[in-house]
Amino acid sequence: MAHDSQPLVNTEEGSLTVDQAIANLRQTADGGLRYYAAWWLGRFRVAEPEAIQALVVALDDERDRAPDGGYPLRRNAARALGKLGDRTVVPALIQCLNCDDYYVRESAAQALESLGDPQAVPALRSLLAGGVAVAVAVPDKPHLVQPYNAVLEALGTLGARDAVEDIKPFLDHDVAQVQNAAARALYQLTGDATYCDRLLQRLQEPNLQLRRSAMMDLGAIGYLPAAQPIAATLAENSLKLIALQRVLESHLRQSGFPMAGLTDEARGVLSLMDELL
Amino acid sequence: MGATLTELIHAIETADSKTAMVVAVTNLVAVQDVATIPTLITVLGYNNPGAAVAAVDGLVALGSAAVPDLLHEIDGYNYGARAWAIRALALIGDPRALPILLETAKGDFALSVRRAAARGLGTIDWSLLPPDQAAIAQGSVVTVLTEATTDPEWVVRYAAVAGLQTLMTTLIEPQSYKTLIFASFNQVFQQDDTPAVQARARLALDTLHGHIE
Repeated sequence: MAHDSQPLVNTEEGSLTVDQAIANLRQTADGGLRYYAAWWLGRFRVAEPEAIQALVVALDDERDRAPDGGYPLRRNAARALGKLGDRTVVPALIQCLNCDDYYVRESAAQALESLGDPQAVPALRSLLAGGVAVAVAVPDKPHLVQPYNAVLEALGTLGARDAVEDIKPFLDHDVAQVQNAAARALYQLTGDATYCDRLLQRLQEPNLQLRRSAMMDLGAIGYLPAAQPIAATLAENSLKLIALQRVLESHLRQSGFPMAGLTDEARGVLSLMDELL
Repeated sequence: MGATLTELIHAIETADSKTAMVVAVTNLVAVQDVATIPTLITVLGYNNPGAAVAAVDGLVALGSAAVPDLLHEIDGYNYGARAWAIRALALIGDPRALPILLETAKGDFALSVRRAAARGLGTIDWSLLPPDQAAIAQGSVVTVLTEATTDPEWVVRYAAVAGLQTLMTTLIEPQSYKTLIFASFNQVFQQDDTPAVQARARLALDTLHGHIE
């Protein structure tokens, strides 16, 4: 069952059809329609060549400008392209890493991580230039100069082993989420479980946001020993279930399921999940 | 002795941080007194997951005594509180909650609530109903849960499988539903697009194999 591949069934999001959404994205008169169409094509995984092409064009849009000078349509188009699995768009997304708009760079880094193409590594690494010393907050903005979380996570997922020495200093960044992202990437790149211990400790943080983000990081890297601590941390069951699902599915892939049966470890995670339903 | 009930309730009303609230609720839950039920239900509406989890645990520990107040809360306007109340009802397993759990598993718009209801339908304490009534109600539960194994959300499908597995061991007329339920498990195992849900169906098949046969 491919639940995401039924674009016309879920009418909650309006009565758009694929053709209409692509047409809405191509026209330039109504910015709101374009913005929504870009989101919609990603949400319903419309990976047709016409949709991809229209989204790539939207990455260079100059019309839709936010009050802060940002490019909202580009952000949505980059996010959508990350969901569509077409790697021909990687060079266009790499270009977006140079955009003036922080959120376009962040969306592009996340999309490049999803697409899984290592050719994005050098451009992503260049955003770490200057190291922790320059990784400071932008005055009067709620973010740092670069989308460090997204960049570090992408480098980890894309297997950028050459970047390990660039990433290590970010374990000591002032922002806890950046430290988490660095630990997560370093575990993926080195297999050294001591990096996961840092994330496990975060599950004891008094701050709910930090516990949530550590759970999602542990889920994203599929760290099996984290299953019990994730189940035990104080947070919403919905999020714990998602983190445990990722831990479980990573283990299922490694253990040859469904051809092979369930391992004791898989049964253990399932029993933790049952308790959280 | 420690603080009085009034002091413990006052501590909840005056908690000045999310963490202080969790501590205050945990202290109140430890008393295990039916007089705490109204306060614990109020906590469900505070948008504080840590405190709500503790309050749900407390309500579940009080069992059937909490059911009338919880059923009343379902009619409230606070959607978050309603979701937590359904979760508590699902965990208590009192058959008085059957109508709301059936309705919720079928159609609530929030997936976390459908999920909790599906789980709860599997763990109803059927001994609280006369066997003939229980048998009829179990037919409705089987219908709703097998339907829920095709829900758009993976976690609802997962909960439906888990619920059916538990229900299977408490069926009054297992022969009437065995084929249908096993067909559901096999379908999920072979065709679901989410490996975690497939794995849950595999576990149900492994566990029930031999139990029923």
